[in-house]
Amino acid sequence: MSSNKKYWKSVEELNENSSIVETLQQNEFVEEIPTDEFLGDKSSLESSSTSRRDFLKYVGFSTAAASLAACEGPVIKSIPYVVQPKEIIPGVANYYATTVADGYDFASVLVKTREGRPIKIENNTDATTNGMANARVNASILGLYDNLRVKSPMKGGSAISWDSFMSETSAKLDELKAQGKEIAILTQTYASPSTRNLIDDFKEVFTNVRHVTYDAISESTALDAFQTKYGRRALANYDFSKAMTIVSVGADFLADWHGGGFESSYAKNRIPQNGKMSRHIQFESNMSLTGANADKRVPMTPSEQKLALAKLYSYVTGNSVGGSNLPESLDKAVRAAASEISKAGSNAVVVTGIQDINAQTVVLEINEYLKSKAFDTKTTIKTRHGNDKAVMQLVEDMKSGKIAALIMSGVNPMYTLPNSKDFADGLKKTELSISFSMKEDETALNCQYIAATPHYLESWGDVEMKDGHYSLMQPTIRPLFDTKQFQEVLMGWTVNTQPTYRDYIKLIWTEDILEGSSFNEAVQAGVFVKANNAIDVLDELDGVATGIANEAVTGNAARALAASAKASGMELTLYPKIGMGDGQQANNPWLQEFPDPITRTSWDNYITVSKVDADAMGLINENVANGGLNGSYVNVTVNGVTVSNVPVIIQPGQAKGTVGMALGYGRSAGLKAEMQTGLNAYPLYHNFNPVQEVKIEKASGMHEFACVQLHNTLMGRGDIIKETSLEIFNTKDKSYWNAIPKVSKDHIETPVTSPDVDIWDSFDRSIGHHFNLSIDLNACTGCGACVIACHAENNVPVVGKTEMRRSRDMHWLRIDRYYSSEDSFEGDNQKKDNISGLSSSLSEFGEMESPADNPQVAFQPVMCQHCNHAPCETVCPVAATVHSRQGQNHMAYNRCVGTRYCANNCPYKVRRFNWFLYNKNDEFDYFMNDDLGRMVLNPDVTVRSRGVMEKCSFCIQKTQKTILDAKRAGRPVEDGEFQTACSAACGNGAMVFGDINDKDSKIAELKEDNRAYHLLEHVGTKPNVVYQTKVRNTAEA
Amino acid sequence: MNHVIYRNLTSNILSFGFILLFTFSLSLNAQEGDPANGKSLFNANCAACHKLNKPMTGPALANVEQRLYDEEGLDREWINKWIRNSSSLIKSGDPYAVKVYNEWDKVAMNAFPQLSDQDISDILAYTAAPPPAPVDTAAGQQVVVQEPGISNEIILGALAVLFALLAMALIIVKRTLNRFAEAKGIPVVEESEKRIPLWKAFAQNQFLVLVTSVFFLLASAYFVYGYLMQVGIDQGYEPVQPIHYSHRIHAGENAIDCKYCHSSARVSKHSGIPSLNICMNCHKAIGEVAEVTQQEGINEYGVDYNAEIQKLYKAVGWDESTQSYTGNTSPVKWVRIHNLPDLVYFNHAQHVSVAGVECQTCHGPVEEMEIMYQHAPLTMGWCINCHRETNVNVQDNGYYTKIHEELSKKYGVDQLTAAQMGGLECGKCHY
Repeated sequence: MSSNKKYWKSVEELNENSSIVETLQQNEFVEEIPTDEFLGDKSSLESSSTSRRDFLKYVGFSTAAASLAACEGPVIKSIPYVVQPKEIIPGVANYYATTVADGYDFASVLVKTREGRPIKIENNTDATTNGMANARVNASILGLYDNLRVKSPMKGGSAISWDSFMSETSAKLDELKAQGKEIAILTQTYASPSTRNLIDDFKEVFTNVRHVTYDAISESTALDAFQTKYGRRALANYDFSKAMTIVSVGADFLADWHGGGFESSYAKNRIPQNGKMSRHIQFESNMSLTGANADKRVPMTPSEQKLALAKLYSYVTGNSVGGSNLPESLDKAVRAAASEISKAGSNAVVVTGIQDINAQTVVLEINEYLKSKAFDTKTTIKTRHGNDKAVMQLVEDMKSGKIAALIMSGVNPMYTLPNSKDFADGLKKTELSISFSMKEDETALNCQYIAATPHYLESWGDVEMKDGHYSLMQPTIRPLFDTKQFQEVLMGWTVNTQPTYRDYIKLIWTEDILEGSSFNEAVQAGVFVKANNAIDVLDELDGVATGIANEAVTGNAARALAASAKASGMELTLYPKIGMGDGQQANNPWLQEFPDPITRTSWDNYITVSKVDADAMGLINENVANGGLNGSYVNVTVNGVTVSNVPVIIQPGQAKGTVGMALGYGRSAGLKAEMQTGLNAYPLYHNFNPVQEVKIEKASGMHEFACVQLHNTLMGRGDIIKETSLEIFNTKDKSYWNAIPKVSKDHIETPVTSPDVDIWDSFDRSIGHHFNLSIDLNACTGCGACVIACHAENNVPVVGKTEMRRSRDMHWLRIDRYYSSEDSFEGDNQKKDNISGLSSSLSEFGEMESPADNPQVAFQPVMCQHCNHAPCETVCPVAATVHSRQGQNHMAYNRCVGTRYCANNCPYKVRRFNWFLYNKNDEFDYFMNDDLGRMVLNPDVTVRSRGVMEKCSFCIQKTQKTILDAKRAGRPVEDGEFQTACSAACGNGAMVFGDINDKDSKIAELKEDNRAYHLLEHVGTKPNVVYQTKVRNTAEA
Repeated sequence: MNHVIYRNLTSNILSFGFILLFTFSLSLNAQEGDPANGKSLFNANCAACHKLNKPMTGPALANVEQRLYDEEGLDREWINKWIRNSSSLIKSGDPYAVKVYNEWDKVAMNAFPQLSDQDISDILAYTAAPPPAPVDTAAGQQVVVQEPGISNEIILGALAVLFALLAMALIIVKRTLNRFAEAKGIPVVEESEKRIPLWKAFAQNQFLVLVTSVFFLLASAYFVYGYLMQVGIDQGYEPVQPIHYSHRIHAGENAIDCKYCHSSARVSKHSGIPSLNICMNCHKAIGEVAEVTQQEGINEYGVDYNAEIQKLYKAVGWDESTQSYTGNTSPVKWVRIHNLPDLVYFNHAQHVSVAGVECQTCHGPVEEMEIMYQHAPLTMGWCINCHRETNVNVQDNGYYTKIHEELSKKYGVDQLTAAQMGGLECGKCHY
């Protein structure tokens, strides 16, 4: 079929005289190809003495030489110890109990060391005072091997010796003391009995001394409220495992609220047992991890939260609090929550994260009123102790020149203070400034002296996390650099009688804490709980508590709170991200690459905006052709301070009229260039109040995010996340809410588990071990500790922002987050089922893609499912991935040729391809690129090279080790011995690993549980990972 | 194991030889000792801590009686007291006894009450006897070289020369005969003038050419393949080590258990190169090897064992004269022989402790190796063959009870091989 039709690509072509068209026809490329750039210009080519023939000769010679040289194997040297330490056996790991206490995270941990170097942080299951190790604690081991650590004490940018540091600073301090000038010590929260004593000694010796404690992210108002009410500066403790109704007003208690560590106790009641589970109602503005886990989440602005809390108080106690009225829908929600609380009585608990002394007091009063079992004012939390007013006063006094010397430890006020400029001015007026720091951070660079401190894994220390709950810190490696602890230097300045800090701790503990128990046993256990302590405090508090109960009825605080709730304009809520926290671990590539549980975005902070507000301001999020997410920029102004070009993420569930932004990003000093990500939000943290009135202006340009999840909703695919309500779970049959999918065989619907529809010959796995992993979607809070634990255990490389953006992340374990497009996932399913016809499906599927304004959220950890009928295995042309009798899908890296067929054929998308060499490669300048950083690698796991596929192995190195231990002892393996890195890291009990051929094991029971289902079960892959259906307690009481 | 026993003794015994230091004056030396008996007594009782010419745990004892008499004026009676019970002498406050005790790290010498006066005088006679002159090593070597007489090479060389001479003679004879024949006019018949040369016939036979070339191609392919397959396989790798350590002497002659030094093989994936403190368990006492061993080393292996022990002392920072560690260490950089690639996980404990495999199964006759070399190819095929052929050691191991019973029933065998137990699965070694 020929025709003379003329086709044209642009209107210009129709113009016959157009010169452009003529030129373009002659030129294949619109722009000249810049050959000169890589070939060099003509003159330099001609003047070169190397001719083409010479060049070929060189190439030939070097190729021949290289291949000849390659024929000879390298000579490998092995250097044994001269005197081998008794406790070290090469190839056998040792475990030491120690404690993290960096001023932000506090946790008792076990440290795994190999050949004397720490390689992994694990949970100390005997010490659960402050919960389990979270993602940041798991990642903190990398800080030990940070190449940018300060390696010796420094003065004015050059290294000096400790001797001269001590003599110079001592002389100066003595001089200041003689002149009667004031010395200030600004520290993190240590919660350390011995450090407190040492600082007291220091105060005694140098008389005019002021000690100020500073938390970068402050809980000061909660401390103030507790102090006013109970006379002690501490935080009330909450045990969520004792609460059946939890109402949280803006408290992100699964993150760092009150120092964190609540997720384990929270998760205990989330698993339905005997038809019961806890009910969790969350009022908040940002979509937080806590809100995502709530049974009912009510988005509201911070000022509405204040009012709601006051009203809640009023509805529960029956006292009127005045104030304006909430919008009707919100008021209804508050009333409903109040009636549930009243019904639950002492089984209920109310918490709040509003940084307002009245709000905090109201919560204390409600819990007192309820006599809440979860509320504990005796075993108070001591891991937050900062005092905002004292910090502000100090800055003021520094500016007026009152402070002659400033000694700082564990803080970085130049970065974290909202008024860091005032602080800098004040710092210049001091005669002596010392920063105890591991890094040349913003503050240390502005001090006269940097006292290089060791990492906590190289230090001694003690912490009292809660009243009577003590933990010990012990070194697990000799100091890598010439460092000294703050406490050691304090001892030097005050001329302590004890030779070392360890001896000093021992002395303090023996005298005040241990009550006759052995110090060595305490060091071995890592914790010590004082038996008598609680009783003393209880006695003291009983009197106080009765006095308060009367006062609670008056409700002054609630009235003041209601009166203070004024809405005006857009409200910003600052929050810490799960990965980055307060920002002190910003140089940690694991945490930078850790995708935020909610937004699934890594390597960035951003401003979260609701869809409605975004539309109003013309802000957009879009996915571009390569799958990357782009977002608009805005300028954020608070109180005259502007942070420009903040990227925008449109966050489903964000309350209208509010925005959120993460603290902890935007650091620039003491970090590798790659880690200098995001923007600093601390300048907006005015008066240490995370809630601020804000002005948002759209800025030009689009930001490129590294977001690892393109699809936000499930589109009604019930085979991925199954969920149901507690009511249905309790009343209906399993087949109703957890039906086995059916497939059609000869037009007969057959359950997919039936052998009739299976095209595979089944292999008998009933003998020996058969590993299964159960993941309970009810207990999983999405905290991500498992992701980092997997990183550390399996030498998973870090790929950087640009590669993450290309979906080339290497995480063996990811936590998918799904929103629902209707109010519930159930609504999604129904909507999908009702679709009929093409036009309906086109429009309705389109609608289902965007999440609802206040969607339900579900988290689902996904790793290799170790399918018994694995699709990846059949397509591998070289049999590099094969199955074992033990149920593990093996991956032989040295056999893999990188066809990536397996990844294409995997329905779960859990296979990860090494697009590049990620170790010893300057293009990926993360921990695997320097000798120090590589010390964290697990010697039992291969470091993969370029061009091979990798994936979760079910921690085969750990299961094999367990088996070998049993063989050597000549006994069967007991239930609970088999662990993977993720199951061991999960403090919530969401992940249970074990051998299903051991019929008495927990995993065998879980596999047969009514809630158990497999991911994409209809595909028929028969995975060895089983999920437990998520049950939501949606019933309004 | 004798050495171990010696070492234990050394820590306790100090100065048996001290007594011997306090020689009597010759005038007092009424009893004549028997040096021969003294030597055997010395070796049985004193040698653990004393040498004649060198201080060890205790001082050197050569001519001790004379020296004591000359320097300190102490007589045989004092020596007897010291030997039989030095600590009581020290307690009594004898000035020289106390001095010696303090000088030698306050380790009291063991008491030898069982030694009679005659025994002591025999021992002292032995210490007074002039030390034997060192053997002339050069002479010894010569003797050794001469011993086998005419070596095989010389015989072979002579034979070769003989044959060459014969061949030349034959050629010359033939030429001469030809010349004679020419002179006499007798025509020399050239053989096979009309015959086609063999190579030509071969070249003309296409079938033969084809077969041969196929054969050559296959053969060369076989050898090329063989060559390529041994790239990276270091079977027989026998590098020169910084210290000449003889497994033959330690594991062979002295029959020290492998796992005495390579103790981590029992519990760890690594067998472990012994740290130097393990060496010093014995070598604190063994500063020199026996004379015979030393000669054997020089003659047969060209190595001075005593010098090698000195290298150890230097590395570990041991000062023989003061019998103490100096603290100046220089760790030994051994050349690693058995190198599995990083992609393989091998665990010694599994094979040594659980399976009970003899070290020699993989490492070869270590007890005969003067220098350690790689005995096995350490290839995957080699591993797997063994897994196929070796039965799992299930005896008295509670771990295997259930699985072995079920699996052997399934496969219908009495004894399961490692392969049947799952020892061929990729992931067992590669992760």
